Amino acid sequence: MAAAQLVMQARGLVKRYGQVTALDGADFELRAGEILAVIGDNGAGKSSLIKCLSGATIPDEGEIQLDGKPIHFKSPIDARRVGIETVYQDLAVAPAMTIAENLFLGRELRREGFAGNVLGMLDKKKMLEQSIARMNDLKVGIRSMTQAVETLSGGQRQCVAVARAAAFAEHVVILDEPTAALGVKEGNMVLELIRRVRDKGLPVILISHNMPHVFEIADRIHVARLGRRAAILNPKKISMSDTVAVMTGAMPPDQIPAEYLAH
Amino acid sequence: MDTWKDKLPPIGQLGPFIALVIACAIFGVTTDRFFSGENFSLILQQVAVVGVIAIGQTLIILTAGIDLSCGMIMALGSIVMTKVAADYGLPAPIAILVGIAVTVLFGMINGLLVTRVKLPPFIVTLGVFNIAFAITQLYSGAQTVTEVPPMMTWLGTTFAIGGTNISYGTVLMILLYLGVWFWLRETAPGRHVYAVGNNPEATRLVGIPPENVLLGVYMLSGVFYGIASLLSVARTGVGDPNAGQTEALDAITAVVLGGTSLFGGRGVILGSLIGAVVVGVLRNGLTLMGVSSVYQVLITGILVILAVAVDQLSRKGGR
Repeated sequence: MAAAQLVMQARGLVKRYGQVTALDGADFELRAGEILAVIGDNGAGKSSLIKCLSGATIPDEGEIQLDGKPIHFKSPIDARRVGIETVYQDLAVAPAMTIAENLFLGRELRREGFAGNVLGMLDKKKMLEQSIARMNDLKVGIRSMTQAVETLSGGQRQCVAVARAAAFAEHVVILDEPTAALGVKEGNMVLELIRRVRDKGLPVILISHNMPHVFEIADRIHVARLGRRAAILNPKKISMSDTVAVMTGAMPPDQIPAEYLAH
Repeated sequence: MDTWKDKLPPIGQLGPFIALVIACAIFGVTTDRFFSGENFSLILQQVAVVGVIAIGQTLIILTAGIDLSCGMIMALGSIVMTKVAADYGLPAPIAILVGIAVTVLFGMINGLLVTRVKLPPFIVTLGVFNIAFAITQLYSGAQTVTEVPPMMTWLGTTFAIGGTNISYGTVLMILLYLGVWFWLRETAPGRHVYAVGNNPEATRLVGIPPENVLLGVYMLSGVFYGIASLLSVARTGVGDPNAGQTEALDAITAVVLGGTSLFGGRGVILGSLIGAVVVGVLRNGLTLMGVSSVYQVLITGILVILAVAVDQLSRKGGR
C-alpha cells in the first residue's frame, strides 16, 4: 500500500465562515484503488473538507492536487469535468423519471444525423443499453431500467445514485453518508456495491457516521478533528472504541500507538 | 423485460379518457345532435383558445409552478396585435409578432420574478394577472378593437373534410400539441423540464441550472399565450379587452383533468388536450341538454377537485 500512487492530495486547507474557522490547515491524501473513510465529530471540518474536494466550496487557503497537478474548482461541475463524481446525502435523483434517464440526466446522448443534430432527438435505445451494461457491470440487481426510480426501495435508489457516480467518474467517487437512512440489509447491499466500485479501480472517499460500516469496508480512516486531520488510522489494527477516542480527542494524536496508524 | 403493468399509464392519466367516454356516452343518448361531425368540429373550435393556453400552463405546472396570469396575458396580446394593426396600420404579420413579443415579455417577467427574486409562482402570477388586466384596459381605453385585418381572422376560417368544417385554428392547436409532446419526450431540454419539476436540487447537482430551465419555460409559455391571442382574435373577429377572465381556471382545469400533477414532474401534454376537450364537451353537451350555464360551472368545479384528489391519492399510494 505504501507505494500506491496518490490520486488526490490537499495541503493546508483553510475555510472560514465569518468568525467560525471550519478548516484550519487540513491535509488530505487519497491513494489509487482504496476506500478512504472520512470520519469526525460534528464541526470537525469533515463536510467542509469534502465540499472543497467536490467543488461545492472554494477554500480560502491551501492547495488541492489531482494526479499531482493543482486544481481550482469553482463549482461541482468543474469537479465533474475532471472525473470526480459526488453522491450527496439527500438522494440526488428525479423520482418520477426512469433509472436510465436518471443515469444520463445532464449528459444525455443524442441520435446521430438529422434526428439528433437538427431535431435534438435523444438516443433512448443507446442510453438504455449502456444503462443495462453499466448496472450489470456493477452487479446491481434491478429488473428494468425503464422503471421509475420512485418504484425502488431506499437501498436500490442509493445504488442507482452510486452506480451513476461510478459509471461517469474517471478519477474519484465521493459518497456522503450513503448508508445513513438504510436498514441493515439495504445498507449491506450499498456497501457491497461500494466494494465493487473500488475493485474496478476507482478510489472512493466515504463520509460516514456508521462505525461498523466504516470498519467493514474502509482501507484507511481519515479522522478529522478541530478543522485538521488528527490521524490516518488502520482499521485492521485499531479498535472501534480507540477510533472514537481519537475522534473525540480522548486519545491525543501524539499518543496513538504507531501500529494503529495507516501508512 | 417490461411487463404490461409497467407500460400501463397510471390511473391519473387514464381518468380524463374515461371521463370523456362517459360524458360522450351520456350526451349521445340524451341529445340527438351531440354525435355529429359538425358538433365535434364546433367543440374543437371553442376549445382552441383554452387548449393552446393549456400547453403553456402544462409546461409551468410540470415544473411545479402555476400560472394564474395566462388568460390576462392572452387578452393583452390580442389587444396589442389588433391595436398595432388598427392604429399604426402595420401589416398583420408584424402586428401579430408584436403581440406575441408582448406575451413573451410578460412570460419573462413571471419567470424572472420566480427565478431571480425567488417568489412563489402563485403570488407572482396573481400580481401579473392584475397588472396585465390593468394595462389591457388602459391601453385599449376599455374599447373593443373592431378594425381587424382579415389575415388575423384566417385561423377562424374553415375547410371541409367529408362535409365537416374544420377550422385552421383547430389544426394549429393539434399541431402545437404534437410538437410540444415530441419536444418533452424526445429531447434533452424537454426531459430537463420534468427533472426540474421532480427534484430541482438533483438537477442542479448534475449541472443543469434549474433557473435557466424555469425562465425558458415561462418565456415559452408566453409564446403559446401569444398564439392563443391570435386564435381568440380569429374566433371573435375583434380585440376584446374583457377576454381572458375565465381562461386561467379553464386551462388549469384542463391540465389537471389531463393527469398532470400539480406537484410537478409528472404528466403527459396530450392529457391536457383531452382535458380541454372534456371541458368543451361538458359545456357543449350540457348546453344541448338545455342545462343552465351555472350548472356547467358547478360541474367543472367538482371535476377539478376530483382530478386533484386522484393526483393526491395516487402520490400517497406510491412510495
